[in-house]
This record gives sequence, structure tokens and C-alpha cells, in this order.
Amino acid sequence: MRVLMFGWEFPPHISGGLGTACYGMTRGLAYCGVEVIFVVPKSYGDEDQTSVKLVGASQVPIKRRTYAFTEERQFGVEAIKTSHALEMTYIEVGSKLLPYLSPEEFQKYSHEHLQKNELSLHEFDNGTTRGSSVLTEVVGTMEFTGKYGPDLMQEVSNYALVSSEIAHEQTFDIIHAHDWLTYPAGIAAKRMSGKPLVVHVHATEFDRSGENYNTVVYDIEKSGMEQADLVITVSNLTRNIVINRYGINPDKVVTVYNAVEPGTESGAEVFVKAVDEKVVTFLGRITYQKGPEYFMEAANKVLKHSNNVRFVMAGSGDLLRKMIRYAARLGITEKFHFTDFLKGRDVDNMFAVSDVYVMPSVSEPFGISPLEAMRSNVPVIISKQSGVSEILKHAIKVDFWDVDAMADAIYGLITYESLPLMFQHYGRDEVNNLRWENAALLIKNQYTNLLSSRNNPL
Amino acid sequence: MKNICLYFQLHQPFRLKRYRFFDVGQDHYYYDDYLNKLILKKVAQRCYIPSNELLYSLLTEFGGQFKVSFSLTGILLDQLELYAPEVIESFKKLAKTGHVEFLSETYSHSLAVLGSTEEFKNQVTLHKEKIESLFGMTPTVFRNTELVYSDAIGEQVSKMGYKAMLAEGAKHVLGWKSPNFLYYNVLDPKLKVLLRNYKLSDDIAFRFSNHSWSEWPLTSEKYLQWLKGSPANEDFVNLFMDYETFGEHQPVESGIHQFLDHLVRLIIKDPETGFALPSEIVESHQSVGPLSVPYPSSWADEERDLSAWLGNEMQKEAFNKLNSVRNLVLQANDEDLSRDWGYLQASDHLYYMSTKFFADQAVHNYFNPYNSPYDAFINFMNIVSDFIIRLEKKTKRVVYKGIPIDELTGAPLNDAITEYEGVLKILRQKRGPINKVTDSKLLKSSNTKGPITKTSKKKKN
Repeated sequence: MRVLMFGWEFPPHISGGLGTACYGMTRGLAYCGVEVIFVVPKSYGDEDQTSVKLVGASQVPIKRRTYAFTEERQFGVEAIKTSHALEMTYIEVGSKLLPYLSPEEFQKYSHEHLQKNELSLHEFDNGTTRGSSVLTEVVGTMEFTGKYGPDLMQEVSNYALVSSEIAHEQTFDIIHAHDWLTYPAGIAAKRMSGKPLVVHVHATEFDRSGENYNTVVYDIEKSGMEQADLVITVSNLTRNIVINRYGINPDKVVTVYNAVEPGTESGAEVFVKAVDEKVVTFLGRITYQKGPEYFMEAANKVLKHSNNVRFVMAGSGDLLRKMIRYAARLGITEKFHFTDFLKGRDVDNMFAVSDVYVMPSVSEPFGISPLEAMRSNVPVIISKQSGVSEILKHAIKVDFWDVDAMADAIYGLITYESLPLMFQHYGRDEVNNLRWENAALLIKNQYTNLLSSRNNPL
Repeated sequence: MKNICLYFQLHQPFRLKRYRFFDVGQDHYYYDDYLNKLILKKVAQRCYIPSNELLYSLLTEFGGQFKVSFSLTGILLDQLELYAPEVIESFKKLAKTGHVEFLSETYSHSLAVLGSTEEFKNQVTLHKEKIESLFGMTPTVFRNTELVYSDAIGEQVSKMGYKAMLAEGAKHVLGWKSPNFLYYNVLDPKLKVLLRNYKLSDDIAFRFSNHSWSEWPLTSEKYLQWLKGSPANEDFVNLFMDYETFGEHQPVESGIHQFLDHLVRLIIKDPETGFALPSEIVESHQSVGPLSVPYPSSWADEERDLSAWLGNEMQKEAFNKLNSVRNLVLQANDEDLSRDWGYLQASDHLYYMSTKFFADQAVHNYFNPYNSPYDAFINFMNIVSDFIIRLEKKTKRVVYKGIPIDELTGAPLNDAITEYEGVLKILRQKRGPINKVTDSKLLKSSNTKGPITKTSKKKKN
């Protein structure tokens, strides 16, 4: 079985959870014996910018190579020996798709930074980023977008055009597209090849923008879901949104939960905490969706009763400045710290010094970061409005708006000695059992069903 | 003649209200009155009252041919007095028939036996006095909370003057032995042990209305044959279960009351079967041999051990923390504090903290007011924190990790010194050198809010 998969980022060039998820998923699929051709739009600083204006298939820079999963690890009892299964075809298309940005933001950022001309490229040339690096990513690519013209929709349709060309060249059984930026590509590939289309919903426009959603994006999402033969959602929370807000037939919407790559046991040098107080961390984009203000209000309540605690808000985003002002107004800046965005090693270090991790998201289709925290033995508090709360048992779950409950949970975790022990005993095991091999097997089964129902229509 | 020994357990805890950490030191009332009243009224209406009426009619109709035994926790009796006194009256009526036996247990439905011997004795005495005052009978047979039993516990109970004790006929306890015999405690042969026949008890208590059970529907005719099915020399069967089985665990609509009614009539009609009370079985039977239970067993879950209450770290911390302040409670000698101390010891609070419920969900969720064991733990510990503050105030003693500081010795003493030195250092730094002027200034400024301009040095760039 061979899958043509459209994504928009892949490690090490990632800016959010989707790249990590794609990596885990493709590796899991490879383990299950599914061949994957992964197509990804990608920006290079040294690219010839003019070429993309003339989007004809032959003029688009397409880089094709074989991707080998380098980190060999033991897959359960019998490590698989078939070398081909740990490889996949990896195709990069010259395009400027920017994850996590609405079309308006895309346009706004490109204008702002072009006009001010205050940022040079090298300053942001840091390739690998993790978690909360929207600003960096955006700025790092601004110069290109300027030259392309500020129309994100144009990029999306360019990507679709190129994709249909790729679909024409490659042979495969199924098309699998991740999130709205790639849906047009998936649809185009379906039209070109007649193969079944799977769209994978990692987030919807409602998660990103609340009720003030962008209708163009919504329409693209809806049409992708409608034309798909199967819609995979990352949680039942998202599944319900797909069914209720996009009017998709429930029969073709299935939930496959994300998983997490196992942590490295060695943990090379353990970063040592330098403060005596307990550290409570928020790590993520500082945007409406992530609920940073609820975290701050909970912090304020805890700080009124306990001196033995510090709070850290790690990440960046459009609410960062507002949050800093809010902390100042509450008079808690002495104990409430901002780090701006963290990447790579810093994220691990942040977990290493954390005693509690809080994810107060207003709307979180899945939310992989609590799993990463638990992998580092950090107890987590997660909002009930997150997909991950559907599968986690050893986590404290609160409504994002219930600041009292959140504060109470934080206080409990930093005060009562047995709670951290509970997470060390049970939390880590629980996370290590959420394996991509299992998630990929479920996806493979969905592929198989899809193909057999095609071959044997009722 | 095969005698059926019926024993029903009644208990409802005082469930705790939502209690946040910022309530500590402010709010000293811990119970969710609304929920407790609601649940108690519902259970009284669906189970206690109709079941008592049924038993009363059977007891009066058949005279001494039908007998039944109960135990009611002190906490339940307290709640009945508050919310459903008619149930107590109906038990008094049952008691007057002369064919009802009441057993002893801990007042608080607690696991005190695993904490402090003195506390255990104290709670058993309290309960005994309560039963005597309400029903005019002195219990001679003991049942521990959740049928927790071990050789050592049995020995202790024997010393307190009881002639027999109930225990779970768990597989790991019995091995090849049958629960339908009388055994004696291996450490103190004076104490006889009555074992629950868990198969036949659970057929009613857990499986009666389960449609996917292969024996469903369970008729009283079929059940009677099962009772008679044991070997001829096994001449009694112990059926021990929650009284809530009749109308609550097995809903009224399942026909559980009719089943019980009909079963009792069948047993009496059948010349080979009859009823006996626990104390009668102990009097009329020779024990067949010693029973060795080195580790505590119980009637809960698959494991039939203590793991539902003391299986994880949270449960142990909560249990130990509460037990550590016993001396202070005695010293305080305050009615409210003693009452709260008892209510907090109910094993239910620990049960809600069990992480096993992820597997045994159905039973653990019964009347469980919490979303998760973590939730249950944090809420409970907040309340215990407040309780300890009240004890400190009342006794004018300072407690460090559960121990009054004047009783500290060894490592905890050193820890306390280090900690308080740290606190003193911070306080001194805050005050600065002693000076009348600054002191008065400090006093004034402590009333104003924190400075607004203390800001954003830490922000980015």
C-alpha cells in the first residue's frame, strides 16, 4: 500500500505540533508496512523567488529524496528488519505556506516587516523551532512572501497545482492531506488520479479563530471534508466540530488520537533548577486559543496564599504584550516570568525545572505538549476542552474558565507531597503507552477499509 | 438443615463539599449538605423504607423462622437522624420483633484498625453505645469496615470481648477450603470467623439485574437450588451484602424486593433450609479449624485486599496525615473537632482517591462526587489542612508535618529547625534592622496594595 501524503512541515523545520505529528505518523506507518510519499512546501533562503510566480508544474522547484528514519529504535518484541519500511519518499515543493497564520495575519505581518525593514534574515535563521515560535517563523519568511505578493490563498492554490502534477507522476493507492492548507492539494490530486482522499483534521478554523472565523478558510476546510472519502480527526472534540459545524456525515468521520515519541531515557545532562520555589509552567503560543489569561488569573490566586512558587509563561504570540501588562497590573511580576519563545533544548530544560505544567487551552483539538511534560515526569493540569483530555487518565482536568479549580489544582500539586510521586509512577507509563505504532495501525486499517469498500461497492 | 445467615450492611458517608485551598483557615464547615440529604432521602425512599417494610412483614408473619442481621455505621445513623428519622423508627420496629441482630463496627466506617489501636477501640465503643441506646441490644459479633480482616485484627477484636467476626471468603484466604464452615482465629482461637460466600452473595448483590449474565433472569426457585447445592455437611451459607442492594444497586424495578420476599418464603417452606443469625451459628457450631490470614483482606474489588483504600501514594498520605494528629484531637477535647475528625476518617474519602477505578469503574463511581481521584485527594487534603489549623488554634500548639513541635525528635526535629530558620531569615530580611520608625511605616504600607510600577524588566527584548 502506498500513500501520497500532503503536509506543510516536517522536522527539523517545524513550528508547531503538526510537523511532529506527521513525523511520528509517517514513521508509524512505515513500521506498519505502508509506503509514504510525503509532499511538503518548503522555503529556502537561497531559492530563486521569481520562479514561483510562474507556477507551471515544470517550473516549480521540486526536491525529491529518500528520507530514512535515522533514530533506530526497538519496536517492541521483534525489531523489524526490512530496511525499506523505514524509509519514505520525501518531496519538497517551493512554496511559502505558513502554518498557524490566518490569511489576514499573513498579509499583515508581511506588510509590517517589509515596511519597517527592521529585521534581517540571519537573525531568524534558526531552522529548528518548537512549540511557540510563530513570530520567528513568520518573520523569517517575510522577505519571501513580500516578493510573492501577500496572498496566502494564492500560495495554497499554487501548492494544489503542483500537487496535481506530482499526483500525475507518482503511483499510489490513497491520498492523505493534513489540515486546510493542503486540502486543495489533496482535492486536486484526487481529481487527477481518481484515488480516495483522506483528510486529517488537526485543527479547525474554529479552534484557531473562535467565532470570528475566516469564511474563505472555512470554505476550503468544508470542501476538503466534503470531497474526502474519509475524515480523520485527532479527538472526539474535533470530530464533533467537524460533524456539527461543517455538516459532515458522521459515518465518514473517525477519531484517531495522536501519540508521542518515547522520551530519551538517558537525558544527557539534566538541567538543574536554580530557584528554591516550585515552578509552574505554561508553554505554548500566547494566543486566545491557548487561554494564557486563565493561567495568569490562577497564578494570581495561588500567589496570594503561597510564597513558595514561581510561574513561567513560555512562548510568544499576539497576546504576549497584553499578558505582560496584565501581570504588572496584578502586581505579580516578581514571581511571574516570561521567557518569550523557547526552542529545542530550552523546551526540555523548561520541563526539567518545572514542577507543574498547565495547559489551559480554550480549544485544543489534541494538545501534545502535556504528553511531553508527562514524559519528563512533570504533573499536568489540562483543560477539559482539549482532545488529549479524552485519553489521559493521570492528569488533572479542569474547565479552562474555572480559574478556582485551576488554582486549587496548582496549589495541591505544589503542596501535597504524594501528588508528584503519583505522576512519576503512573503518568510516565501512561504516556509511553501512547505509541505512534498503534495510532498508525488504526490509520492503516482505515485505509484498508476504504480501499476494500471501493473495490466492493455495495 | 441448611441455615441461611443473612447480614446486611448500611452506610453512607458525609460527602465533602467543594473545598478550595483559599477556603483553608476561612471556612470550617466541610460537608455537602445538599448532596448528602439528596442521596440519603433517595436511598431511604428506594431501599431502606420499602426493604424494612418487607422484612417486618416477613418477620411478623413467620415468627422465629425468619431472622436477619444488620450493621449500621454511626455516620449513617447520624445522617438518618438529620434527614430521615423515620428509618431509625422502622429499625426500632424491626428490633422489637426479637429476631434481628445488630453487629458492632467502627462508628466512622473507618480504617482506624490500621492506624491506631486506641482509636479503633474508641470508635467501636462509640458505635456500641449508639446501638445500645437506639435498639437496646448489645452486639456480640463484630464486622470491620469493608470486612477488613487479618489474624492480628481478629486477635485485637477478641480482646475487646467479641466472640466472632465476619470476614470475606476470599479465594486467596481460603484456598481449597469452603466458606460454609466456622473457623477460628489462628492467633486467638476464642474468636470464631464467619466467612462470606462471595459467589452466592454477589449473585444477588452484583449480578441480579445484569441482562448479559448467563443466569439472568435469576428466579428464587433457581437460587434456592444453588443454596441447597453445597455438600451435605456444609450446613450454613453466609450471605453478606450491602443493604442498598435492595432498591438501589439493584433497582426497585428489577423486582429485587419480590425476589427477596419469594426467596424467604421458599426457604422457610423447604424442610431442608432455614435461617440463623450470626451469633446463633457461632453458638451452635464447632469450628472446623484455624484460618490463617496474615495480610488484611476485604470484600472489595477483584483483589479483595486494601488496595482500594491504601493502594496509591495519595491515599497513604491522606490516611497518615489525618492519623498523625490524633493526640491533638484528644487534647483539644472539642465536640466539633471530634465529630469532624470522625467523619473525615470514613474510608469512602480514601476510596474516591483510588486510581483503580480506571478499571473497576462501575462500583467505584457509585455516589462518587468527584471527577477524578486527583480531584478527590486535593479536596480532602485542603480540608485536612484546615482541620489541622483549627487543632493548632484550639490546643495552642504548632504542628510540623502532623507532629506538634514540642513532641518532635530526631530527623523531623532537624528538618523543622532548618525550615523555620529559613522562614525567620526571610521575615528578618523583610523587616530590616529593628527601628521604631520603619516598623510603623511597614505597618502602614502593608495595608496598601502592591506597587503597580513593579513591572516588565523580565519581558522580552
